[in-house]
Amino acid sequence: MNTASSFAGDIDELVLLITLSVGFWFILAEVAFFWLIFRFAERDGVRGKYVAGEKWKETRWISIPHYIILAFDVIIVIAAVRVWVHVKQTTPPADEVVRVVAQQWAWTFVHPGADGKLDTPDDIRILDELHVRLDKTYHFELSSRDVLHSFSIPSFRLKQDIVPGRVIKGWFKPTQTGTYDIQCAEICGIGHALMPARVVVHNETDFAAWLASHGQVAQIAPSPSGPALPAPVQQNAPGPNVPGGN
Amino acid sequence: MSTAVEHAHPAAAHGTSGEGGHDAHHQEHWFKHYFWSTDHKMIGKQYLFTGMIMALVGGFAVYVFRMQLAFPGMSVPGYGRVSAADYNALVTTHGSVMVFWVAMPILIAALGNYLIPLMIGADDMVFPRLNRLSYQIFLLSIIVLFCSFFVEGGAFGGAWTSYPPLSSSGTYNNTPMGASLWLVAVALEFVAFLLGGINFITTAMNSRAPGMKLWDIPIVVWMIVLASVIFMASVGPLVAGAIMLLFDQLVGTAFFDPNRGGDPILWQHLFWFFGHPEVYVVFLPTMGIVAEIITVFARKKLFGYRTVIYTAFGIGILSFFVWAHHQFVAGIDPRMANLFTVTTVLISIPVGEMLFVYIATLWGGSIRLTVPMLWALSFIAEFLIGGVTGIYLGASGADIFFHDTYFVIAHFHYTFVPIAIIGLFAAMTHWFPKMFGRHLNEFVGKVHFWGTIISFNFIFIPLFFTGAGGDHRRIYDYSHFPEQWQPWLIELRQLATLALVAMLAFQVLFIWNVFYSMYRGKKAEANPYRANTLEWHAASPPPHGNFPVMPTVYRGPYEYSVEGREEDYWPQHLPS
Repeated sequence: MNTASSFAGDIDELVLLITLSVGFWFILAEVAFFWLIFRFAERDGVRGKYVAGEKWKETRWISIPHYIILAFDVIIVIAAVRVWVHVKQTTPPADEVVRVVAQQWAWTFVHPGADGKLDTPDDIRILDELHVRLDKTYHFELSSRDVLHSFSIPSFRLKQDIVPGRVIKGWFKPTQTGTYDIQCAEICGIGHALMPARVVVHNETDFAAWLASHGQVAQIAPSPSGPALPAPVQQNAPGPNVPGGN
Repeated sequence: MSTAVEHAHPAAAHGTSGEGGHDAHHQEHWFKHYFWSTDHKMIGKQYLFTGMIMALVGGFAVYVFRMQLAFPGMSVPGYGRVSAADYNALVTTHGSVMVFWVAMPILIAALGNYLIPLMIGADDMVFPRLNRLSYQIFLLSIIVLFCSFFVEGGAFGGAWTSYPPLSSSGTYNNTPMGASLWLVAVALEFVAFLLGGINFITTAMNSRAPGMKLWDIPIVVWMIVLASVIFMASVGPLVAGAIMLLFDQLVGTAFFDPNRGGDPILWQHLFWFFGHPEVYVVFLPTMGIVAEIITVFARKKLFGYRTVIYTAFGIGILSFFVWAHHQFVAGIDPRMANLFTVTTVLISIPVGEMLFVYIATLWGGSIRLTVPMLWALSFIAEFLIGGVTGIYLGASGADIFFHDTYFVIAHFHYTFVPIAIIGLFAAMTHWFPKMFGRHLNEFVGKVHFWGTIISFNFIFIPLFFTGAGGDHRRIYDYSHFPEQWQPWLIELRQLATLALVAMLAFQVLFIWNVFYSMYRGKKAEANPYRANTLEWHAASPPPHGNFPVMPTVYRGPYEYSVEGREEDYWPQHLPS
């Protein structure tokens, strides 16, 4: 798997931490479990022991491991919340903002064009392809024209559901050039599997070339106020879904 | 004995068996006997066999769509080519059938009905006719579900979670009839289990044999009763939600339609407020089954009877405060995720405690690896995998990546398959001699056990890796995604599918074993395992009215290997 965004590494480290801490206890429990099965297999003339498991001398064998597990739980929760707050609750300043419109069954990506601003005549709207620059922080605004969708880029470790009637915002910062899959991660009807899209991460020169070629298209193509796409419904936007909440 | 007087004539409670009484050999019409009975044992068997037939339906669905995933575009033997619409319908059918029409009827309804009266020393349920009605409504729900497969547009394909607006509008899901019928079927099924639940709780609280105090009730009865309580407390919001969704579909209301002031997220809260406790509704009865089996076959008292009950209460209460971990990235306020991460990870404490109690019970035992014991032990070993992988998903930061991937699928199948499938096999093989008066074939049972367990692991361990490799759920063809169309991922998907086919094939042995042994198996005595609980005091199979003389209880259910006694068991009904 590619690790192509600034927070992908953080999430991977969290996964590793969980693997190590629960893996240790999992293996210990399974080893104890199988050892007990073999150690106490039925033998001639040996009867079972009568143990009620209600005195501390007996229960400590499960209680003490339990307190340690609780301590591990606390560590995992702290690590998980740290990553979560970094990815979903804090927003670093944007270098550029892109708009993502999902529908049955396609994606429309609105790029700000050469002037770096959305809602200007040089905006570039493309189906199923998002073009971004390396090492720039992007804010995205997700909206849907019909049902729930989910904007997921596995190589970025990024996922956010898209809810019709809302504009949901978030951010990412690509750290590796290349082309990565965008999947819809929330079932959205018959064509759910048929809305694959790509995110292309360019370095500065490539991006300039792409911008130049598409800038011309934008000149010829109908302006955003044309019949291309209606503005997303914004009933309760931005709502509580603005990361950071302030 | 005075107890025989206290427990009224069982025939009076039935109303179907006439004046003959339980010891007279009365001959009922076969239809009345098999389809119109109020006998808790017959209703239990009806639920059991209906659940097993539905497992075949769910199993066929998963066979078809896993073949499509491994070999996209192939003509699946027995089905043909799978379209995208078919795929969604199959996934939805598999999910809803396995949860609502297999796990629930077998673990709660079948075992609750069969075991509760026998294990508490009663002659039947408190409300036998309500019980019959419960099964009939359940059957009706299945008929409605089957109808939904054949209406215009086909079966509903919006996943078993049925998120609106996809599920609420025929324009979006293309299966308007299927979606409504699916919803009606689910609602009817809930009604059936509400009736059953009332019966279980009332019976266990009121009809216990004299002398059976709360701490003398076998764990499995406790667990089914607690599960019924959790079910009843959690299902209300979902029934309300289902009716609102049905109104959105049919009447044109807009509870969940954002364009007209509704909110699709509301459904998710209502659904998961039920949906997560539901996991524990099926988990607890299987924990009960396992407790009964390991104590009998390790010849051990349970290591902390009260600990198990208290942790079950803890699980039950906590399970109402974790639902939003299904919605971390659904568009809820991100700050909420922190709270639900804490509660979710905390639930590992009571669940872990319970499993530790079971493992500790093995210490000092005299363990016999019979077929039911193998199933019970495999439950513990496999469920541990399901438990620890839940931590990845409960940890909000990691869930950003894992949510809606095959990692989730692998995780919950490591919980649900041990609960529903292993639990079914454990219970079936353990109580088969009681139910049918004959033994299952031990050798065939062991082959079936190993075949099923090994192939089960080969299905779902690969899916942890495809999920970590970025495979999302409910995608019917990955060939459109270059990153998902790599050789290692393709091979893992094929491995999982082949293992699934093997696992399904091994079930033929089980079906053969059940039906052959039912008629030709070795005859079973009343108490073949030398067990303590009351059902083993009744004849195998128990007649109408269950016990020749209603039993009195003198001690707890797990007095095995008591020092100073000649025998290593001490049945609950024997006076000391």
